[in-house]
Amino acid sequence: MATRMKPVDAVLIGGGLTAAVLGKELAEAGHSVVALERGPMRQTIPDFQSPGMHDELKYSVRHSLMEDVSVQTLSFRNFPHQKALPMRQLGSFLPGSGLGGAMVHWNGQTWRFQPQWFRLRSWVEEKYGKNFLSDEVAIQDWGLTYDELEPYYSFFEHVCGTGGNPHSRSDMTDVPGGQGGDPFEGRRSKPYPNPPMKQSYSGRLFEQAAQKLGYHPFPVPSSNNTRHYTNQFGAKFKPCMYCGFCETFGCEHFSKASPQVAILPFALANKNYELRTRSHVTKIEWDRQKKVATGVTYVDGNGEEVFQPANFVALCAFAYHNPVLMLQSGIGTPYDPKTRKGTVGRNYTYQTMSSVSIFYDGEKRINPFMGAGALGTAICDFNNGSFDHSKLGFVGGAYIAAYQTSGRPIEHHPVPSGTPRWGMGWKQAVARHYNSTVHLTVHGSSTPHPNNHISLDPTYTDAYGNPLGMLTFDFPYNDRLMSNYVTSKAQEIGHAMGGKKVDVSWLPEHYSIVPYQTTHNTGGAIMGEDPSTSVVNKYLQSWDLHNLWVVGASAYPQNDGYNPTGTLGALAYWAADAIVNKYMKSPGPLVHT
Amino acid sequence: MDSFSRRNLLKSAGLAGAAAAIPAMVSAAPSNGSQAEAENASAASGASGSTDGLGSFLFFFNTEEARFVEAAVDRLIPPDDKWGGAKMAGVIYFIDRQLAGGYGAGAHMYLDGPWDPNAPPQQGYQLRYPPKELYRTAIGEIRAAVRDGHNNQEFWDLSPDVMDKVLTGLEHGDIQLKSVPSPVFFETLLANTIEGYFADPAYGGNRDMVAWRMIGFPGAYAQYVGLVDKYDLPYAREPLSLAGVAAEAAAADDMQHKSGSL
Repeated sequence: MATRMKPVDAVLIGGGLTAAVLGKELAEAGHSVVALERGPMRQTIPDFQSPGMHDELKYSVRHSLMEDVSVQTLSFRNFPHQKALPMRQLGSFLPGSGLGGAMVHWNGQTWRFQPQWFRLRSWVEEKYGKNFLSDEVAIQDWGLTYDELEPYYSFFEHVCGTGGNPHSRSDMTDVPGGQGGDPFEGRRSKPYPNPPMKQSYSGRLFEQAAQKLGYHPFPVPSSNNTRHYTNQFGAKFKPCMYCGFCETFGCEHFSKASPQVAILPFALANKNYELRTRSHVTKIEWDRQKKVATGVTYVDGNGEEVFQPANFVALCAFAYHNPVLMLQSGIGTPYDPKTRKGTVGRNYTYQTMSSVSIFYDGEKRINPFMGAGALGTAICDFNNGSFDHSKLGFVGGAYIAAYQTSGRPIEHHPVPSGTPRWGMGWKQAVARHYNSTVHLTVHGSSTPHPNNHISLDPTYTDAYGNPLGMLTFDFPYNDRLMSNYVTSKAQEIGHAMGGKKVDVSWLPEHYSIVPYQTTHNTGGAIMGEDPSTSVVNKYLQSWDLHNLWVVGASAYPQNDGYNPTGTLGALAYWAADAIVNKYMKSPGPLVHT
Repeated sequence: MDSFSRRNLLKSAGLAGAAAAIPAMVSAAPSNGSQAEAENASAASGASGSTDGLGSFLFFFNTEEARFVEAAVDRLIPPDDKWGGAKMAGVIYFIDRQLAGGYGAGAHMYLDGPWDPNAPPQQGYQLRYPPKELYRTAIGEIRAAVRDGHNNQEFWDLSPDVMDKVLTGLEHGDIQLKSVPSPVFFETLLANTIEGYFADPAYGGNRDMVAWRMIGFPGAYAQYVGLVDKYDLPYAREPLSLAGVAAEAAAADDMQHKSGSL
């Protein structure tokens, strides 16, 4: 029998970015809030301090800040008729566990999606015609426009202290400092709060070649703060030291924006806000007659089951855990790939990654260890809205960037193709190329395919006895065309960079759960205009239970060729605004169908 | 707490970070039982010796397993005339401590059945074994296969070329083992060898920071804000290990403590 806690106004499932955003806003508006984080408490001091934090084995290889798959994992298969098998170790993606979630160990690359992406179905049909794409390219409109979201993008950039150059397009002359930015980005109401990062040698070599080829390089927008900065709440950041321990690590310097640095202190300052760590939510409870959520059941650190009643539930877990918990709780209609009907689990998307390596073979000292998570120079000439697809037969695109994030040697020891995988030849190649190689990342969009979805596994269970989420995913044909097209452009840039050898890692034949690609899992509880093809409305409110909001990258109908966190933060503030200023004043559906 | 014990605490804390299940401090002399065993372990440790306080005690491998692993890893990363290989770097001690701790036990792996050893590679590791059982099972079967094919010789008695042939046979699945797909073991061994060669010396491998010196990685402690935009910069700072930094901090702390009390 579960222990029954005192009811609260709002319960938040998760302790990462979106829960931090909602928790602070709800608490400051006077609502009683309980946030339930499955992992431990952790703070910049003492948990992320050096020298202990600078441990590649512990954090990058053994994944100490991440989800423990012995407690909860996914099963995985490439195709609907294959038998799914459990992801027994982390690999392809690295969800966080513990306060701050994955926004503790992210890189800080803080992008906006392009305006066209939010109405992708309509944009493609208007621009290229209704028959341009096969019906297997299951893109949808978001039900929300870039212009609606723009103020929240800007707000989130100011929360994080994002540094970058706004673009210099003639229609944006009112934005101060507008030069050297991305000419393909959307309208911007305010410049970035901070200047961009310094440029690394990798970035400079890429920039020179890209300019020579007529492209438009600019510094990657970075939430590794570039100077002392105080955000709108009063959170203080310090400048990035370029230590090269960013992705997979917590930031010791108060430089990289995280929930615990930027937002959570101002949630915790409210007496009506309570954070409970080591509290793993196993079910959203709901009333079948009244069609409302009644609270959540969780297992606490002692292993005891607890029921937390609440008038409002926000599902703020990691992207794919959102649809999984909905399915485990029996909320909504599960998506069925055979009929393409149902919504929960629909449109799971990811990121389509490839890369190019330029080997200078001892002729240049790159010093890759002088890095930062968002230290990079990029071009967006080949992101979706920047070029014409009409003769190409696909939709979407990718940015191409030269990042210099780290030289941590267990995972970074590039060797040219043709090198043996071990032995003397390998060892001597590692010694020769470690400090003399530049990588280009081709960071591609991911479009939905009817086969790709999240469901529940029929065989395997988690540590609480609930069915594992089951991921069915392979790279769609559309994205394969996109990736090969943009990767060939990156290869041309690579050749223009003057190395002795250029290698390409093309998109593999099939998606694999094993090698790390990105932690940019998106979709599965998508937003939209139509309850028959989306789980939540444009405010991220469930179509089924009006007091359940599902706030995560699970809401993306398709994932753009950008890192998703900037859009996630913007969406969380967009949703928080609607919750606090509309919903809580008059609970009910905010969109009527 | 006096300064001596505080310093020791920090040193052993660095070591314990490697694998929390391991008893804190180890003696410099190999000691897994009898004098004969100690001598064998010492032979297995070879040139790596134990002059740096990291120890050459084996927590997991028996002597023969250790001889196999040490011989194999030194073919995966062999010595050349400039830089030591995996044996000199103490990779055997790294792997041994990893297997003796949480990693070896599969502490953060999902190990529930049913298992499907014939799963396609896209679905990842699907064996029943946590790493330490994978090693123990595979090493026994590889040694038996080598004895069968090489006049009853052990792997470590083979010439380097023949050892490489055996390793290649494991890598490509040409040598079939009864219980374990040989490429799965080979890839695990290769990954752990690379980890041990390049990981912080506090974990028992990368002795004298040999791997970091070879490539020019400055190690754990780093701030490059003033250098990152100085292009093509020759940068050859002495690398720093976690244990070294901790020891330095302890020393500084001791000094402050002492001068304060005088």
